[in-house]
Amino acid sequence: MIVETQFACFNELPLDCGAVLSPVQVAYETYGELNETRSNAILIAHALSGDAHAAGISPVDGKPGWWDSMIGKGKAFDTDKYFIICSNVLGGCRGTTGPGSINPATGQPYAMSFPVITIPDMVRLQKMLIDRLGIERLLAVAGGSMGGMQTLEWAATYPESVACAIPIATTARHSAQQIAFNEVGRQAIMSDPDWNDGNYYDKKPPARGLAVARMIGHITYMSDESMRQKFGRRLRGKDKFGFDFSVDFEVESYLRYRGMQFVNRFDANSYLYITKAMDYFDLSDREGSLAGAFRKGNNTRFLVISFTSDWLYPSYQSQEIVQALRSLNRDVAYCELQSNYGHDAFLVDVGEQTEVVRGFLASTYKARN
Amino acid sequence: MPATASEPRRRPFVTDILGRSDYAIISELIAPNSRVLDLGCGEGELLEWLVLNKSVEARGIELDGRKVQRAIARGVSVYQGDIDEGLTGYPDDSFDYVILSQTLQETRRPLEVLREMLRVGRRAIVAFPNYGHWSVRLSLLFTGRAPRTRCFPHDWHSSPNIHFLTIKDFEELAAKQRWTVERKIFLSGRRVGYFLANLMAEVAVFLVRK
Repeated sequence: MIVETQFACFNELPLDCGAVLSPVQVAYETYGELNETRSNAILIAHALSGDAHAAGISPVDGKPGWWDSMIGKGKAFDTDKYFIICSNVLGGCRGTTGPGSINPATGQPYAMSFPVITIPDMVRLQKMLIDRLGIERLLAVAGGSMGGMQTLEWAATYPESVACAIPIATTARHSAQQIAFNEVGRQAIMSDPDWNDGNYYDKKPPARGLAVARMIGHITYMSDESMRQKFGRRLRGKDKFGFDFSVDFEVESYLRYRGMQFVNRFDANSYLYITKAMDYFDLSDREGSLAGAFRKGNNTRFLVISFTSDWLYPSYQSQEIVQALRSLNRDVAYCELQSNYGHDAFLVDVGEQTEVVRGFLASTYKARN
Repeated sequence: MPATASEPRRRPFVTDILGRSDYAIISELIAPNSRVLDLGCGEGELLEWLVLNKSVEARGIELDGRKVQRAIARGVSVYQGDIDEGLTGYPDDSFDYVILSQTLQETRRPLEVLREMLRVGRRAIVAFPNYGHWSVRLSLLFTGRAPRTRCFPHDWHSSPNIHFLTIKDFEELAAKQRWTVERKIFLSGRRVGYFLANLMAEVAVFLVRK
């Protein structure tokens, strides 16, 4: 399935910080067909480093989408049954307006003059896209990690537009530990001299800083167990230690490779803005409590999923969401899936996840039609 | 408000639902279009049956992750958690019925569980294997070992059962707690009978309210 990225433009987007972004472009992809009653549309929200290319093969680089294991013919998000939409988030660098976009007022990239954005801002823009596509009520909004935050935001702010929400490996509020890891990533970028206060678009980008940020990220996405299985203490291309600071271990080589690879496809300033949006996210401070945030609509079903070895977004955070919804007597299903893959599980260990998502979607769809 | 339990049953045999006679009794007790919470719901078979046949609004709690996945996969909203601590989140009177089928004897704090059931539900349906059944009594008497019967098939060391109770025990507790027993059905196999129930019944099903 070859898919092409499409674009939608909007005149203005009011932001939580008070600024208004104008104009705004959104990059998105769709898979499957919208049915006549427009009742089979599903919005997929991506995580920190994702983009609109969630499934199928890109005609640009021939690569499969980031959740191709979950979206497609006969998969959890079955494109024979459903119409799937995925858009690049606000602040991103893969086609949607972000700090790397040209500021029409100056003719230069926004860089650090780009306003600070939030998860609700991202979702507001997605809502505009969904309205533009003529969809009144989505069958589902789903996503893992930061995609899960957007999913929760949708359910809290636009409950009338969401028949079911599937937040995976996520939280309703970023914890101190999660903020801490993001801050280390940001500091790595900002202490790279090439960052140059964000003004590097016509120069060498802060590749070392961004690569280090990504290396830290990767460590938090894996588990002790998965790293032991994948790398152990194996050496990279040698039989004994080099007694220097070149690469000795497989795990070092892997992290360096993933770091450098990331630099080719991601903008350092986007990394700063998007991680900040994650850190600001806290649904519980909206209406006094987490339950308060979900008080508005009661027709949204929830499927909350966490993973046993995910220490970045531990299960207790998913259980907090479930507890809040239960205190409102909402229709919520929750399961903690067994996996050794850590936070990455929602991307790479999709067997059981497929089973529960497929069944949950089918029953929601059946109840709607 | 859904109506209460159906007419008292007159037929002496029950027709199994999903291969379980206690499910047949439970499904008779539940009024259509009611809100039902099933504790220890397994793979959600009973809840699915109740949704299809009684149009109930169904929720479940189950500890075993694989069972939870299968239940969700069949479209039932199940929460993976421990029923000993699992009901705290629900507001009072969230459900018309809270079901506890063949699980009371496995809970760590049965009285707390029953109290919570009657807090979050207007009525509780409790089905449990009767430890007073003659086969249990004879098993202990003649073998001198922890009883093993059709309803209590496990070795003592690997049994999930940790609190054993008889029909008399439950009735005494209900009286002490001032719960109203609205219906009680005693089963031996598929046969319903009330003669010397604490000796003759393998399984008891109680419909209780505060």
